[in-house]
Amino acid sequence: MNKTLNIALPKGRLGDKVYAMFARAGFECPDILEENRKLVFENAALGLRYFWVKPSDVAVYVERGAADVGVAGKDILLEYAPDVYEMLDLKVGKCRMCVAAPTDFRDDRRRTLRVATKFTNIAAGYYASLGRDIDIIHLNGSVEIAPILGLSDVIVDIVETGRTLRENHLEVRETVVPISARLIANKASYEFKREKIDALRAGLARGTEGTEA
Amino acid sequence: METGTMKYEERLVFALRALYRRFGYRQFKMRKFEEYDLYARNKDFLISDNIITFTDLNGKLMALKPDVTLSIVRSGTDADGGVQKVYYNETVYRVSAAARGFREMAQSGVECIGAVDDFCLAETLMLAVESLRTISPDCVLDVSHLDIVSALVDALGVGDDVRRDVLKCIGEKNPHELEALCRAAGADAGAIADLKQLVQTSGAPAQVLPALKAMDRAPAAAVEQLETLTAALDALGLGDYLRIDFSVVGDMRYYNGVVFKGFVSGVPAGVLSGGQYDKLMRKMRRSARAVGFAVYLDQLERFSSEAEDYDVDTVLLYAPGTSATALLRAVRALSADGRSVTAQHTVPEKLRFRRLVRLDGDEVKIIEQNA
Repeated sequence: MNKTLNIALPKGRLGDKVYAMFARAGFECPDILEENRKLVFENAALGLRYFWVKPSDVAVYVERGAADVGVAGKDILLEYAPDVYEMLDLKVGKCRMCVAAPTDFRDDRRRTLRVATKFTNIAAGYYASLGRDIDIIHLNGSVEIAPILGLSDVIVDIVETGRTLRENHLEVRETVVPISARLIANKASYEFKREKIDALRAGLARGTEGTEA
Repeated sequence: METGTMKYEERLVFALRALYRRFGYRQFKMRKFEEYDLYARNKDFLISDNIITFTDLNGKLMALKPDVTLSIVRSGTDADGGVQKVYYNETVYRVSAAARGFREMAQSGVECIGAVDDFCLAETLMLAVESLRTISPDCVLDVSHLDIVSALVDALGVGDDVRRDVLKCIGEKNPHELEALCRAAGADAGAIADLKQLVQTSGAPAQVLPALKAMDRAPAAAVEQLETLTAALDALGLGDYLRIDFSVVGDMRYYNGVVFKGFVSGVPAGVLSGGQYDKLMRKMRRSARAVGFAVYLDQLERFSSEAEDYDVDTVLLYAPGTSATALLRAVRALSADGRSVTAQHTVPEKLRFRRLVRLDGDEVKIIEQNA
């Protein structure tokens, strides 16, 4: 029976940081630190297999069981609502999902608000909770440009430092939800690899203790 | 019946049917469509509220059935004392997130309706475990008790919208969001701590039950019932397949009491789901109690590793003008031992076959042998 734990990590800076947390929790795989283009790394002794995937795809790998556990941003979990367990807030990769608008924007409640975003479900849910009619404009990137060109009134996007917003004469108007990286697990995998997943969760939880929520 | 030539899913349906019949369940057959009204009134009970509808010749709006339980509940009437036990193998029409559209899904299941007591519940749990074992010995049934979950959620004293989010967190095994949510809603700290513990409590009944008994807010009757039911299965040697896990949460407007979900190793999502649905019965003006479960056969499509190496055992080549009688005789002779034969003028492209033979007069000559 295959009891290797398959772990999907997001490629990039966050992934490196998260791997370090996994290693500190006793789930190390030294090969992963080698500089090469490999995407899959194995530590047979510990029964671990790590792989790097695009951050927004981690939840797909986990939901479909190609990975048993993974690390995904709360933004992705809210947007795609995958059927997975969200087991731990890793308290890294912190940022906020915000509504931002040009500094001189005045909201006219008599008109339908035009909202440009990559996160259409989050934006739609947020404005529905406020009872506000909106016109959603789905964009795949460079969302900040939409209000400048008059494509939208506001944007809903992730804000880390706010620098990109400032440089484009935008400002945060409302915070929709705080975001951070979460440990997620496939529901069936959890049943059959429970001990390892619980040990991983406990190890990571020890590492995040004392970190401000 | 000869099951050797059946596909995996067909054999499975056959085995499940035998299992349910053995315990006195009778088959319930139903039509493919029902009046749309039935589903419109109980939309929240359905897994997805998208339904394929059409207008019948008499002007009535009909629906291709997205669910089996509602039809069974509607068709029955309450009788004193007894229980109605039925099983089904049906096709339902639902939206599949993976297919981004409607899909036809095969489902088997049982429903036990009437004076449901602890025996009926134990028997249903036993049938659920046995159904899973029919699929794979490497299986687990997660059991939860909604009376415990709802008592602990009630203790928070939060409004309906927060309650809905709290239940979502319980289903996600998400203690961190649960805590943040309850704190923001001003819930009692002790109640939050209990609920967090419940979310993180999961495992074999022998491990979990003592912790539950020590939890003052958990209703003793429900904990006792879990103990009775799990002990009954343990006595049958099925205890190792059970886990108590409160992340199994059904819609509390329909479900109550014991709810459960089954997994088999190698399938990424639950393959069996069920529980008590007395509240649905009340909504449909029935006084009886009810419990049942469904096995999602569509989840198992990729589970079986049986891949066929060959499309056909024998390709029989014949020249144009060959006597039909001679050809028929040859086909029957070659297939007499149960092997498949296809007679062709030429070998079809990409057809995988075990052997290639040619009919020469009355004689069959082997041209190619692959296995």
